[in-house]
Amino acid sequence: MSLTSTKADGAQIVTVNAERIDAAMAIQFKEDMRTETESGPDRVILDLSSVQFIDSSGLGAIVAAMKQLGRDRRLDLAGPTPMVEKVFRLTRMDTIFNLYGSLNEAVSAKKT
Amino acid sequence: MAETFACSFTATELNARSGISEVMKRLRDFDLPEERFGDVQIALAEAVNNVVEHAYSGGPTGDICIKCNLSPQELWIEISDFGPPLPYGELPEGLPADVTCSFDSLPEGGFGWFLIRELTSDLKYQRQNDSNLLSLCFAVVVS
Repeated sequence: MSLTSTKADGAQIVTVNAERIDAAMAIQFKEDMRTETESGPDRVILDLSSVQFIDSSGLGAIVAAMKQLGRDRRLDLAGPTPMVEKVFRLTRMDTIFNLYGSLNEAVSAKKT
Repeated sequence: MAETFACSFTATELNARSGISEVMKRLRDFDLPEERFGDVQIALAEAVNNVVEHAYSGGPTGDICIKCNLSPQELWIEISDFGPPLPYGELPEGLPADVTCSFDSLPEGGFGWFLIRELTSDLKYQRQNDSNLLSLCFAVVVS
């Protein structure tokens, strides 16, 4: 699993450099997110623009990543592809996360 | 005229990934609308993951076979395994996971059957001899 991380405007941007977040990588993803976000800004933006496919294990791993950040920090999602967006919408997880169409949009929406 | 193809593999997470990719690659040739193609991939992945995680848990792993039958109106995908029957011998209800609960109890799973039911137009389960046969149907218009 490859995650890369940068900072912009007081937020940490974690980019998923993989086409899939599926059952075969869900646990690794959760662990890598823990490592990447152990310390740092309160706001974390997960850039999903490379992810072409997510299943319920991958979705669960993103929820777990949000929970392990704790209530005082926030995980926002940027650039979901149509299939990823659909999984969030069907499971109503789009009501739990802020989803932004692109990373730029997410970064500039930092005040909301 | 119907097109059929099949693949089978040992039920592990990594094999599931490549098996699903192989089926989707074959389906690419049939010009399904992009959104429907995505629906098929999500439902198929959930069904196959269920087999990997549940059907062969607690025992030696076994094979999964995926058979596709594409007619001009419908795509049927039959997934079979040789694990024990589904609990109570029937399909789970697949209710949506509750997302209105507190932060700490937000669901990290339990979405699978709900997604399968949402994305398919028909769903059948049969216990036949020592195998489970799960059939997913998708309405398609093949140009």
